[in-house]
Amino acid sequence: MTRADHAQIAAVRTEVPRRERTGWSASLRRIFRSYPVFSIAILAILIFGAVAATWIAPHPATHGELRDRHAPPAFLVGEGDHFLGADSIGRDIYSRMLFGARVSLLVAAGTILIAGAFGTFLGLISGWYGGWIDEAIMRLVDAMNAIPVVLLALVLAVALGPSFALLIGVLSLGQWPAFARQVRAETLSLRNRDYVQLARVAGASTGRILLRHILPGVFSTVMVVATNQVGTVILAEAGLSFLGVGVPPPTPSLGGMISDGRLYLTDAWWISAFPGMAIALTVLALVFIGDWLRDRLDPTLRQLE
Amino acid sequence: MIAFLRKRVIASAIAVLIVTVIVFVLARIQGDPRTLYIDEDMSQETYDALGKELGLDRPIYYQYLVFIGKVATGDLGVSIHQRRPVADIVIERLPATLKLAAAGFLFSIVIGVPMGILSAVTRGSAWDVAGRTFAVLGHSLPSFWVGIMAIFVFSVQLGWLPTFGDGGLDHYILPSIALGWAAAGGQMRLVRSAMLETLDSQYVVLARAKGVSQRNVIFRHALRNALLAPLTFAGLTLGSLITGAIIIETVFAWPGLGLLAINSVVSSDYAILQGVMIVITVFYIGTSLLVDVIYGWVDPRIRYD
Repeated sequence: MTRADHAQIAAVRTEVPRRERTGWSASLRRIFRSYPVFSIAILAILIFGAVAATWIAPHPATHGELRDRHAPPAFLVGEGDHFLGADSIGRDIYSRMLFGARVSLLVAAGTILIAGAFGTFLGLISGWYGGWIDEAIMRLVDAMNAIPVVLLALVLAVALGPSFALLIGVLSLGQWPAFARQVRAETLSLRNRDYVQLARVAGASTGRILLRHILPGVFSTVMVVATNQVGTVILAEAGLSFLGVGVPPPTPSLGGMISDGRLYLTDAWWISAFPGMAIALTVLALVFIGDWLRDRLDPTLRQLE
Repeated sequence: MIAFLRKRVIASAIAVLIVTVIVFVLARIQGDPRTLYIDEDMSQETYDALGKELGLDRPIYYQYLVFIGKVATGDLGVSIHQRRPVADIVIERLPATLKLAAAGFLFSIVIGVPMGILSAVTRGSAWDVAGRTFAVLGHSLPSFWVGIMAIFVFSVQLGWLPTFGDGGLDHYILPSIALGWAAAGGQMRLVRSAMLETLDSQYVVLARAKGVSQRNVIFRHALRNALLAPLTFAGLTLGSLITGAIIIETVFAWPGLGLLAINSVVSSDYAILQGVMIVITVFYIGTSLLVDVIYGWVDPRIRYD
């Protein structure tokens, strides 16, 4: 075990709450202090809403009653059956948001899975082999930073037509470098650890070492990067949907709803306002959970902030 | 320094290669460029002759090289809808985008840097909490939604500021805030942590021990060294501001490249999109290379990396 390992263990140990109080209020207080309870609650509500949208949405998401056009939010005026109001063709904002959240989460999950797998793979290879392979992959990572992903999405949407797969593809293209860079750095530090060297001496193949010995070591880093990037992906997806090159209509998306409401700001501000708040709350929750995870899982990353 | 610059130049070349190849391949996927010129009376001979003239009988890599040659000499093709050279249209729109990006950049510096200093110096106070809230909100709120809500509040409801378009200084206020908030938050956080670090350093302790006043410690000893990190960040910001401007331009009907690109999506004018994509990429890469050279000159530590 190296000195870094001891330092890590020490860092984790100091985080264990030492006070031994009993009783409900004390343990509640402890939970609130050591977990981002509000953020987790917000995210849980969002995920539940998105998954259960089909069953809990009070109105259909893709068509509405024209007589409900611009109906104000029921919770503000105290009447009507549109909780968060209705849009310019009478569709229920709240129901559309539930389905929109579903799209956001699906796109985010798909992007993070693809970008995470691809970036982690290249990061492992880059850190393990070094030399010209490392050089080539890292220059590619640098190059990706210089490519305007939003514009690329526009160009692709015009050339190939907007689609779900294209959206995830473009967003993944912008996301994998973050994974590759972090995983590479972590792999570099793990490569010369004793246990890895021992596995090597014992005759383990490169594939086996990377999969069984390095990958578990970089996993917490991947989780931290993933949590931090989910928010970015949700914002990017909303931006592309806002520009009209996200998931094609009639599927509702939060970004698309904000765009719909722009023309009716004077009559019905709620069309744009609530979907934006939903995005903001989600990303805020993810930021706090990400910070907490980073402190929890990876004390070495804390110094980067 | 030379090694550092070589890496950056290689990465930039890869980025240009990727962007031009994607744009070129997508243009070919769109179909035979001859279809633009075809009419019913055209004979097979003229059709073949046209193909020869456009170089379509040559291998694909040759066609790509011809395309690159044209781009390098400023020939970006002709817009189908406007029937004018794309290069002319793009050059016309470029200044508006650059002015908007510059305004957002200015906002991020003017607000972010002082806020970071204040937060660090009054660590833990209400100022610090306010500053950090500002930063995390900038990171989490969708910029286009902030823009729309700002229009609703300050233009539609209060009537203080113009809603859209390029014009006097008042036209810059809302767009530059919507565009620059995220960057200002990033700056604030960087300045804050850099300031905290230098305030803890030994030379600051020594300065205090010698009896240097609080003001002199902050501005002459700590700040000078703390400003290097945000300077690095400024280069990255410039790029994200230029792409961020694409979305903000559609919100405020700002007559720049972003609005041009979106309108081209609507009218499926691929030539213009391709032109905007190439110009923005080249511009972005040019700026970041320039910024890198400046750092190397300002901060000797980068030179010897």
